[in-house]
Amino acid sequence: MKTVISVIGKDSVGIIAKVSDVCSKHNANIIDITQSVLQDMFVMVMLTEIKDLNCSFSDFSDKMRLLGEENNLDIRVMHEDVFNSMHRI
Amino acid sequence: MINIHDIMETINMISEENLDIRTITMGISLLDCCDSDIEKSCQKVYDKITRLAGNLVKTGEDIEKEFGIPIINKRISVTPISMLVAASGGDPVLYAKALQRAADATGVNFIGGYSALVHKGFAAGDEELIRSIPRALSETNNICSSVNIGSTKAGINMDAVKLMGEIVRKTAEITADRECIGCAKLVVFCNAVEDNPFMAGAFHGVGEPDCVIHVGVSGPGVVQAAIKKHPNATLGEIAEVIKRTAFKITRMGQLVGNEASRRLGVPFGIVDLSLAPTPAVGDSVAHILEEMGLETCGIPGTTAALAMLNDAVKKGGVMASSYVGGLSGAFIPVTEDAGMIDAARSGDLRLEKLEAMTAVCSVGLDMIAIPGDTPAEVISGIIADEAAIGMVNSKTTAVRVIPAINKKDGEELDFGGLLGSGPIMDVNLKKSPKKFIERAGRIPAPLQSLKN
Repeated sequence: MKTVISVIGKDSVGIIAKVSDVCSKHNANIIDITQSVLQDMFVMVMLTEIKDLNCSFSDFSDKMRLLGEENNLDIRVMHEDVFNSMHRI
Repeated sequence: MINIHDIMETINMISEENLDIRTITMGISLLDCCDSDIEKSCQKVYDKITRLAGNLVKTGEDIEKEFGIPIINKRISVTPISMLVAASGGDPVLYAKALQRAADATGVNFIGGYSALVHKGFAAGDEELIRSIPRALSETNNICSSVNIGSTKAGINMDAVKLMGEIVRKTAEITADRECIGCAKLVVFCNAVEDNPFMAGAFHGVGEPDCVIHVGVSGPGVVQAAIKKHPNATLGEIAEVIKRTAFKITRMGQLVGNEASRRLGVPFGIVDLSLAPTPAVGDSVAHILEEMGLETCGIPGTTAALAMLNDAVKKGGVMASSYVGGLSGAFIPVTEDAGMIDAARSGDLRLEKLEAMTAVCSVGLDMIAIPGDTPAEVISGIIADEAAIGMVNSKTTAVRVIPAINKKDGEELDFGGLLGSGPIMDVNLKKSPKKFIERAGRIPAPLQSLKN
């Protein structure tokens, strides 16, 4: 299963490193990363494969959310299908 | 990879514009629970519901977390209980209590189906059930009731209309100490649908499978935000914007419905393409109409704007889902919609205008507080008018009015939560339809040709 991890917030040093660190600790494989700055907001989207995750999806999602709260960022982990179904016919 | 702007759009819809799945509703047939002993029948009802829906809430929460989409309600609809009463006899309220126990055990927030279908006449169990509605709604918290009193094919059962006026009033009186909440859980329908996932009118029709999953989407805030981006567009262009938005919202509903159906091992029924508002700011159907250019909801132009909105939502949604059903249209429940509440308070939105609006959208006169001294025959008159609109136009219409017992002019009813709050709206009580209602009988089914 693939998930989209989205990170939105004020740009600062090391955001990608912190998110990647959590991915690596939980054995989530990063497949693709896109980032840009939209109207002063840092936006990073990461596509990850989580079939070999070493914890439950729920724990992984909570860890990311906590990381976001600690760094004043909005981090969401969502199933890839949400975007595929909404934006592709 | 998916376009970053698309991803941002989805996240924005969820976090800023209140996009959510309003409800996952499991429809359960109780026909095999019939027993001539009412105690046994109630036990079978409880056992079947808890067996099939035991994991409903947990599954809903899991999907919510994994997909990152809020799923606000998990609910159950059941076979109209009047059919079980027909077999068992006894006090129908026992079924309401069994359903309440099942609601507590499964953790769902409503079970709908304390219902009777009497559009052509009363069969065994129907009248007993209808007369027990005030007590059933007063003695339970999470049970919803509905009665179908008319249809395009059968006409309107005016005996039932007369009775329902009395029942609505009695339900308000018996729950007067709780803001007359009983009436917020009671709907009187014309052309009721069998696969409606939305409360209070949900029940599991006899043509449905044994168990099925329906999904109701929401998203007035998303539609409003989309229109806001096009301040100078023509109405044709606005209709396109609404269609595109409705498509996206519905795809989300279809995805969640498929997933819930797979995980629960229950067939997927339908997606209900309704714009269901909540009292939260940014989640209002009235505000969409205002975004389209009306200074406030309820003024001339409102019915036309609503007709276009309702049609565009359906056109966009139909392609996004393999099975569309339920009520599918824009809801206009007054106390549940921040914009409607404001318009009703200011006097711009009146009962008569709401009635006109129900001719072009789903579902009817919904969540409207009326004066506490409104007599039963006037409530019956309101029900008959609304049923006539549904009957002639081959659409579902409904009445869910709340007589505000013991409240004075200028006071409001406040139910809290999704049911919201609202002012008492004016009803013409100077003259009475008593004679008309007391004639009773049946209004014959209307002609389906020579339409003018």
